[in-house]
Parts: sequence; structure tokens; C-alpha cells
Amino acid sequence: MATQRQSEVLSDDEAFREEVQAFLRDNFPEELKNKGNLLAGVDGPTDESTTQEAWRKAVGKRGWGTPTWPKEYGGGGLTKAQAKIIDQEFAKAGAYNPIGGMGVMMFGPTLLEYGSEEQKREHIPPITRGEIRWCQGYSEPNAGSDLANLQTFAEDKGDHYVVNGQKTWTSGGQWADKCFAIVRTDKSDKHKGISFMLIDMDAPGVEVRPITMISGTSPFCETFFTDVKVPKANLVGEEGQGWTIGKRLLQHERTNIAGGGRLASMMGGSLGDLARKHCETDANGELADKVLRDKVADFEIRWSSFLLTARRAVEESKAQGGVSEISSVLKKLGTKLSQERSELLIEIRGLQGLGWEGDSFSDSEIEAVRAWLFGKAATIYGGSTEIQNNIISKRVLGMLDHQ
Amino acid sequence: MAVLNEEQEMLRDMARDWATNESPVTEFRKVRASGEDHAYDKSAYATMAEMGWAGVIIPEDHGGSDFGFMSAGLVVEELGKTLTASPLVATTIAASAIVLGGSEEQKAKWLPRLASGEMVATLAVDEGAHHDPSAIETSVSGSKLTGKKAFVHEAHGADLFVVAATDGLYLVEKGAGVSLTTRKLTDQRSHADVIFEGAAADKLEGGGDSLLDDVLDRARVLTAAEMLGMAQQVFDTTLDYLKQRVQFNQVLATFQALQHRMADLFADLAQMRSAVEAGLQAVDGGFGVARAATIAKAEANRVLHTISNQGIQLHGGIGMTDEYDVGFYLKRARVLEASFGSSGWIKDRFAKLSDY
Repeated sequence: MATQRQSEVLSDDEAFREEVQAFLRDNFPEELKNKGNLLAGVDGPTDESTTQEAWRKAVGKRGWGTPTWPKEYGGGGLTKAQAKIIDQEFAKAGAYNPIGGMGVMMFGPTLLEYGSEEQKREHIPPITRGEIRWCQGYSEPNAGSDLANLQTFAEDKGDHYVVNGQKTWTSGGQWADKCFAIVRTDKSDKHKGISFMLIDMDAPGVEVRPITMISGTSPFCETFFTDVKVPKANLVGEEGQGWTIGKRLLQHERTNIAGGGRLASMMGGSLGDLARKHCETDANGELADKVLRDKVADFEIRWSSFLLTARRAVEESKAQGGVSEISSVLKKLGTKLSQERSELLIEIRGLQGLGWEGDSFSDSEIEAVRAWLFGKAATIYGGSTEIQNNIISKRVLGMLDHQ
Repeated sequence: MAVLNEEQEMLRDMARDWATNESPVTEFRKVRASGEDHAYDKSAYATMAEMGWAGVIIPEDHGGSDFGFMSAGLVVEELGKTLTASPLVATTIAASAIVLGGSEEQKAKWLPRLASGEMVATLAVDEGAHHDPSAIETSVSGSKLTGKKAFVHEAHGADLFVVAATDGLYLVEKGAGVSLTTRKLTDQRSHADVIFEGAAADKLEGGGDSLLDDVLDRARVLTAAEMLGMAQQVFDTTLDYLKQRVQFNQVLATFQALQHRMADLFADLAQMRSAVEAGLQAVDGGFGVARAATIAKAEANRVLHTISNQGIQLHGGIGMTDEYDVGFYLKRARVLEASFGSSGWIKDRFAKLSDY
């Protein structure tokens, strides 16, 4: 903690930076250094060690895992500039943010906007402390891209609803404590018959079955609801407002899928450096395969201009407030580029880059194969690329308004 | 669109109003019809200079406003939208060479005259049909410069040439020892091979070993800014057209095949704008300029190439006619794509800058 005298001399931001540095010195355990990507699987099956738990609690207590959320609900109550300082100092110290997952990325911001005071007091603080895992009950077998076609029905029983139906592609459903779901409360109107409600995953009648994907992993589930009782207090907004709230949440999802920061950290180092390591170089130290060299440069240039676009969207949204229609452009571009990168990585490594299992492949080689396969989902979930194209052309470009 | 400060917003609005009202594409048609080699309206350029546009990157004590490249780019983008034919980009690039490499005496002599519009200048680097600053043979002996420069932009109107020779950049005035051979390109603007035979040359001694590269980076970002205006205009015009044209009793804009193609172009255009604005800002910030300028020109090339082709395709048959403007953008696009680094060349530069 900066002393009184220091903070008088330093600017507020610099004083805050010292506070963060001191916090890291006092609380961040050396053994967790640079292990962020492996451990921060907040929606995953990770069993928490005592050290990890202590670190999560330390960050949660300050609200620094959700730095810009209001203090009264357990957030940090900080400015964007201060949040950036936390990011920078954590990165410098090799520390990860232990508070994350769908609660932070999608549900929390949406509930802060649409939830009642009671709902915010009940649900936001456990998210800021990383205690509760949320999953998303959106897609159904017959409601994928045509999401509003969902059929899961919540019947009004006075003080509660009784929910029946099936959700699918429930990310992390097998590990989640609670589910934010869009369900039908009125069968007569496709969009206005949808409501947004919160369902306990351990309530009687909820059954979860993991789905094995082409990547060999099971991050998604089918979720079945059979006569599940949901208290009326768990309705967010009003009956029939679910489509509006649900779409708002998807904007947060898209921004997060493609928003640069998270994606950039997943993407790792320069493809050029990797290519130089794995492929032949000529006398000038350039890649000898000129076709591959051109492809890598072409990719890296477009990746750079995508990151610049994500940054520009953040700067512009500061003026407008909140996420914008540009989220569709970022989602469409970011997911396509990350797929392209995975394909190039395989081309660079050759057959060594297609290992499924065994000691003859490094962990990072096998992870890359799984990520390449799992990455094919990125242009499908969160609104497929085709749906983003519909949104861009109709909402942004107004291509339906001139008939 | 980058977040602008107040003076930048004013400058952009002024340029937008002037280009829309005083310099629509019909003005370019008049220039074309005149058949004059210099291929721009001299009184229009005088007006532009009066508004301060020729001095945007020139320091205040040499008659400019020193607003920087982002500001210059905003003006150039607006003029690109209406294909305004002028030596503004060429003069600004040449002025940047003097700002970076000139002595106090050279700056005092030339910059005020470039800022006021009294004189026009241009950069002459390449000696063949391809951009290749590593293949310069023009040489200087006893302050006399000899060599041949190919496809020099705005050569006919230029009073001053900034010429790349084997040992650096030189200022050469038009006159004795300088002759032009007109090279009429598809964009109908001023281009010429310039032959220097023992022309009096004054070296730009400052700016260090990277002077030529630094000037070319500035040429790339300003050219990319003009290309951004062109791409934006083709996109907007095409979108308007799709909303009006009816076939099969349906407005074309309602066809999903066309909607998705426009969504692709819209995303491309967003990337191009980000890259170009970041390139201009990098020059002003003085950090990571080479890389940012390379990305700016690469994305400008890629996206304008696609949009200029799609502009024709989506207009259908009328897009092929001289009566419609969209073809002019296609023709100018290819000339600018090839200038200061084609797509292949610029990707090679990016790979070199990234050490692979």
C-alpha cells in the first residue's frame, strides 16, 4: 500500500499502480506464476488447490476480478484506466485473473443492466468472488441459428413456473451451479413469448449429458428439464422480455469471443517465429518456402488489422457506451482468423502438427490439434458467421428497409 | 472512424463539404476532358492551399499548421471519395522528405512555397514499372544528377522533384537537364518518366540512413488514405444502388447472396480503416512506423482491390459504362495499388520487418 505521503506526490493512477503491485507481492503465490492459461478454466472441471483457492479469494475480496463492476455488488468500482492498470500489473507479475467464466463475461453485465435490485444482490457478489459457475441455456435441437424457435416451456403455476424441454450445447453444463436460460412463456408469439430466467442446475428434474466432440473433449452438454420448479423471483425483467435481454447478452458473448484480448492471449506467439523454427530457412534467414512465407505474412497483416479494429471498437464504444453493432463484425472476423491460424500452424508443423496422443508429441502440439478441431465451432456458436452476416446487412447496412 | 480531436473534426468536415460541393466526380470528368498533361484544376488546387491543406504536415514556422499525418489523411480521404485530381498527396510526401532530411536553409527555402500552394513537388524513386527502392541507379557527381525515373506521380505540375539517388535523396528543380515523357495511365492522371541529365541537385543531408524508407512509409500511409476514401465511396455507392435497383420484382438489397457479400465487404472495410488510421497515427507518434505503414498499405491494397471489383460486379452492366463513376475508382485503384508497394512487395517487406 502506498503511504499517505507518496500518494500526495504521485498521480492517482500511479498510486493505484503501487497499490496493485503491493497486493501482488503480498498475495500472489510464486508457484502459480505464468500458469494462467492452464488454471483459469473457470467453466471447466479444474479442481482447485489450496493455493489457487487462496489467490481466488484474495482477488475476489477486492473485487478486482471484475474491476469495473459496482462496489455495492462486490465489484471493484474502479475506472477503466484503473482496470487497465490491474491487467498490466497482473501480466507483468505473471498472475492470472482467477475470476472469470460466463458469469463474468456474459451473465453479470446483462443482469446488472436488466436485473432487479434483489437479483443483483443475490447473484452478482458470488460471481465477483468466483464461487458460482453459470452456464447458458439457449440453443435447442430445433433452435440453433433460428434461436427464437425455442420450445422449452415454462408454465405459470402462480408463485412458480414448471419448466419442461431440452437445451443443447450447454457449455460446461456438467460443472455449472446455475443456468441462465431463455424459455417460452407464451406459445402464441415467437419473439414476445420468450422470457429470461435463472434455473438451479441441482433442482430436481434437471439432467445433464456431456456430448463428445470431434476434438475428443466434452465441453458441451445436452440439458433436459422435466417438471423443474423455478420460483417467480428467478424471472429477469418481465415476461416476454427474454428475447431482448437474451440478445443483449449475445452481444457481450460476441465481443468476448472476438474482443481481441482473450483471443490474442489464446493465439500465442508470431506464426513467423514458429515457422522459422520448424521450416527451412535460406541464406538470408528467410523462410525458404516462399509460398508459405507469403501466406504467413498475409495472415499476420490481416490479424494485425483485426486487432486494430477491436481496439478501435473499444475506443469508439467509450463515446457511445456499452457494446455496439460492431460486435458482429469482430465476431465474424476474429473467429475466421483464429481458424486460419490453426490451419497454418498445422501446415508449418507438417504431420508432427496432427498428433492425437502419445509421448512422441509435445503437449503444445496435441493442444494445437484439439484447438484446431474445437475451433471449428467458433464460426457456428454465438450466432454463426451466416447469422452475423444477416445482422450486419440488415441492422447495420439497412438492406431490408428499402422494399 | 478513429476518435478525433476538435481541430481534426473541423478539418475533416471542411474537406468533406468542399469535396462534395465543389469537387464532385464531375470535376474530375472536366479535368479528363481538358486533356491537359498536368491533369488537375490549378484554381481548385489554389483554393485547397488557401484552406491550408498543402501545409498540414509542415511546421508552423515554415508556413504550415503542423497538424500531422492523421489530419492530412482525413483531408486526403475526403478528396479520394470524389476522385479529386490534385497534386496534394505528391506535394505532401515531397514536403515530408524536406521536413525529415532538409537543412534549415532548405526548409526555409521550399516549405513555405509548398504550404502556400505556390509550388508543387513530387517524389521520384522507382526506375521501372515495379516499386523497388533497392534498385536505384540514378547517381550524382559534382552536384549534377543523372538518371531516369519511371511513372512519377504529378510530374507535369511539379516545380520540384525529390529524387532518390544511390547515395541519398536530392532536390532537383524543373528546368535545365530535366525532361518528361508522358506516360498516360488508365487513371487519366499525371504520370511521366522523368529524365535527369546532369541536373543541378541539392542533397538532403539530414534524416540519417533511413531517410528514403521513412519518406516511403509516409508515401504509403497517405496513398492508403486516398485509397480508403475511394473504397468507402465505392461501398456506399454500391449499397445505395442495391437498395434502388429492382429485378424479379424485388429490390436487389433483399437478396441474401448480395447481403452477405456486402457484409463481407463491410468487415473488410472496417479492417482497412483501422489499418490506415493506425498507420497515420503511428507516423505522428513516431513509434513502430515502418510496420504500421506496411500494414496500412497492405490492407489498403487488399481491400480496395476487392471492393473496386465488386463495385463493378454489383452494379451489373451499367457499372461497365463510362457514364457511371464506379469504373474510375477501379482504374485509379490499380495505379495506387502498384505505387509504393504492390501486395506481393508489401508482404515481402512485412516478412522482412518481422525477421522471417
